[in-house]
Amino acid sequence: MSIPILKFDAVIVGAGGAGLRSAIQLSEAGLKTAVLSKVFPTRSHTVAAQGGVAASLGNSEEDHWHWHMYDTVKGSDWLGDQDAIEFMCKKANEVVVELEHYGMPFDRTDNGKIYQRPFGGHMSNFGEKPVRRSCAAADRTGHAMLHAMYQRNVKANTQFFVEWMALDLIRDSEGHVLGVTAMEMETGQIVIFHARATIFATGGAGRIYYSSTNAFINTGDGLGMAARAGIPLEDMEFWQFHPTGVAGAGVLITEGVRGEGGILRNSSKERFMERYAPNAKDLASRDVVSRAMATEIKEGRGCGVNKDYVLLDVTHLDPATIMKRLPGIREIGIQFAGVDCIKEPLPVVPTCHYQMGGIPTHYSGRVVMPQGGDMSAVVPGFYAGGECACASVHGANRLGTNSLLDLLVFGKSAGDSAVEDLKGGRAHRDLPKDAGDLALERISAIDNRKGGASVAETRLAMQRTMQDHAGVFRFGDMLKQGVTKILEVEKAARQMEIKDKSKVWNTARIEALETENLIEVAKATMISAEARKESRGAHVRDDAPDTAEFPNGRNDAEWLKHTLYFPQDNKIMYKPVNMQPLTVEAIELKTRSY
Amino acid sequence: MSKRTVQFSIYRYDPDKDDAPYMQEISVDLEPTDRKLLDALTKLKAKDDTIAYRRSCREGICGSDAMNINGKNGLACLTDIDELKQPIVLRPLPGLPVIRDVIVDMTQFFKQYHSIKPYLINNDPPPERERLQSPEDREELNGLYECILCACCSTACPSFWWNPDKFVGPAGLLAAYRFIADTRDQATNERLDNLEDPYRLFRCHTIMNCVDVCPKGLNPTKAIGKIKDMMLRRAI
Ligand SMILES: Cc1cc2nc3c(=O)[nH]c(=O)nc-3n(C[C@H](O)[C@H](O)[C@H](O)COP(=O)(O)OP(=O)(O)OC[C@H]3O[C@@H](n4cnc5c(N)ncnc54)[C@H](O)[C@@H]3O)c2cc1C
Ligand code: SF4
Ligand code: SF4
Ligand code: FES
Repeated sequence: MSIPILKFDAVIVGAGGAGLRSAIQLSEAGLKTAVLSKVFPTRSHTVAAQGGVAASLGNSEEDHWHWHMYDTVKGSDWLGDQDAIEFMCKKANEVVVELEHYGMPFDRTDNGKIYQRPFGGHMSNFGEKPVRRSCAAADRTGHAMLHAMYQRNVKANTQFFVEWMALDLIRDSEGHVLGVTAMEMETGQIVIFHARATIFATGGAGRIYYSSTNAFINTGDGLGMAARAGIPLEDMEFWQFHPTGVAGAGVLITEGVRGEGGILRNSSKERFMERYAPNAKDLASRDVVSRAMATEIKEGRGCGVNKDYVLLDVTHLDPATIMKRLPGIREIGIQFAGVDCIKEPLPVVPTCHYQMGGIPTHYSGRVVMPQGGDMSAVVPGFYAGGECACASVHGANRLGTNSLLDLLVFGKSAGDSAVEDLKGGRAHRDLPKDAGDLALERISAIDNRKGGASVAETRLAMQRTMQDHAGVFRFGDMLKQGVTKILEVEKAARQMEIKDKSKVWNTARIEALETENLIEVAKATMISAEARKESRGAHVRDDAPDTAEFPNGRNDAEWLKHTLYFPQDNKIMYKPVNMQPLTVEAIELKTRSY
Repeated sequence: MSKRTVQFSIYRYDPDKDDAPYMQEISVDLEPTDRKLLDALTKLKAKDDTIAYRRSCREGICGSDAMNINGKNGLACLTDIDELKQPIVLRPLPGLPVIRDVIVDMTQFFKQYHSIKPYLINNDPPPERERLQSPEDREELNGLYECILCACCSTACPSFWWNPDKFVGPAGLLAAYRFIADTRDQATNERLDNLEDPYRLFRCHTIMNCVDVCPKGLNPTKAIGKIKDMMLRRAI
């Protein structure tokens, strides 16, 4: 069957923060660019980010990118690459100021500068005390940012393909990336986007877990597509559980609440974080706070009839501050917990939030993988940025506000690198004869199968497996069983059946395709987690406890290395962490405490 | 909340197989934790996967799941199921072409949004750091910038139903005023010129449907009033 072919200089898959930031670079450079998104751009999940974006602007007190870099390396539990981290922290002021110039409605200080609030893990003077580094627009930073970037793209005349779903990556026999196959949701039509440069900005896959702060559309499509095209996934065992998801609903309550003075309390109203992180307290790094909360709950000090959540208390704050700085949070509390936080504390639990791993990239935004003897050789024509990519700046644990920064910095650098490579003469290469076959086969299989489980059942089986076997605390035997179980889920998913056979807006088919992608991500996570026999950052195992020899269960001699998961045969390889920054001295390994 | 069964009557139309739209009567069992209409739709979809609707964030910030719920436009994810009269009647947003089931074609809505030049215009060379703006000036943008482009308002507006191609509609006009009100924007005159037209702005007859349905509690009518005032003052 022949598929229509659309030819572009560049195709960007994803119109969230990262995709829109890349698009600005390409459109303003005058390149013919197509931006594909499953949803209208401002509906991408960046819109839900609340607390802020990190930059050492120093608008309220002294700050320095080098301190930010130190915090990020420490936050990553030393698994982040120090060259990429230096690059990001140094670029932060530039990209945040650009957003202001695009029209983003930041809150302001009394002297008219961008308002900044404290956030977990961000400290001054190499870990001394919390610093105001998070640039915020009330508690709607992501919304303000995404709309401002969409608006800038309207100005730049970017060409969007809205409600188009990319299905598979096209690579030729030499490994070059030549574009994607994609489906127009409204008509079911399948088309090849043939491009000289392909940028992935498809966001996270938080929906692999049952309880998640992520949107329904966060299904790891970029990772699934990369995996099916033979590209490995990096550090997939590291998932951030955000301390404060609304109990039961999963909806996020930003850490900015604690930045503004909110306090976590257990059933006896104790401010328990004083015991776990005497210095940073409620503003310790997320993995530390989530584990403290899970421990309180496990040891019977949780609240409610089932003692299964703790409280986030802001009742001591001035209601005017809440209304001004946290209006969206008050709304969320009322809507999803039935609680007005001005009067009563909010019920919260650690909830799956962010994927630290992803498609391996260099800090220039170019995708890299082992080829020949080189562990990080460039995949020609392929770029990635934002949550789907792994540069790696977040290592084993991301600091809050560093993700919006990541998508700005690496969205921009991926765009710049694509412009550079295209201006440098990268040409369209011939499409392989079977370019569209994989996508067509997958669709026709889904449409024609009979007798298997439904998409909803298959997805639930996957989410339960992930939640039970690879949660906040991990257990060696549970991980082993988890691997077996997730492979069974994968097998069952090959029989997944849908009833909807329409060509028009077939959401059953879309969800089936998304579930296939989620399962690729779930498998990568479980297998990588089972293999890493230490505790580090967000990955904590019972059989790698805190000892004198291995503080916090971290074992640098054996495990200071990135995981690379190869989907074809479920094999794992490791590559070294880059401990060498670009200009400053390396930040030496240390035990992490807050 | 408890376990309960909820009755629905849903507008169904698949152009691939249906000659005409019809209402489907269907019920679904809910768990105590199912609070919002979107939770119920998720359960319904697990039962009948052919029901098509848009959704993403499930927390009222992305603007995907606007629909007509018991006769009133709203977001499924912010609507409490237990406050709705049964059977819960779900229809597509009124006034826009239906693509399938409750999914409408939003082209006209976005065209109007784009027509107001929804981006900051400032032709001075950008300074090295941020442009300054006082907290008071910034405050002027509250109640304007929070729009999620869900289209609940414009598709509840009779003036938009009659002239979707000519009347900008409440969402677009709210966005226009968001830029007019921004001290950093330099195109106020151009923006007012762009709206000085018997249809684009002046079709608004202050019926207030838009204010009534906005799930974010925004007030497009007030913004429209302010634009009209500015035009008057400019004329004098
Ligand atoms: C509730 C919440 C609050 C957060 N708050 C903060 C915060 O305060 N600060 C911070 O730094 N970080 C925060 N984060 C994290 C941060 O918001 C995300 O990591 C970031 O926004 C991801 O941006 P992105 O551009 O990579 O992806 P997204 O914004 O998720 O965009 C992904 C895009 O890819 C498209 N797409 C996906 N698959 C396909 C496909 N197959 N075909 C076509 N298009 C596709 C989607 O349509 C979408 O346009 C928060 C996250 C959540 C969930
Ligand atoms: S007030 Fe104006 S914009 Fe709002 S519904 Fe009425 S006519 Fe439409
Ligand atoms: S003004 Fe309100 S109802 Fe209208 S599009 Fe914006 S958020 Fe939706
Ligand atoms: S699903 Fe995003 S607004 Fe309802």
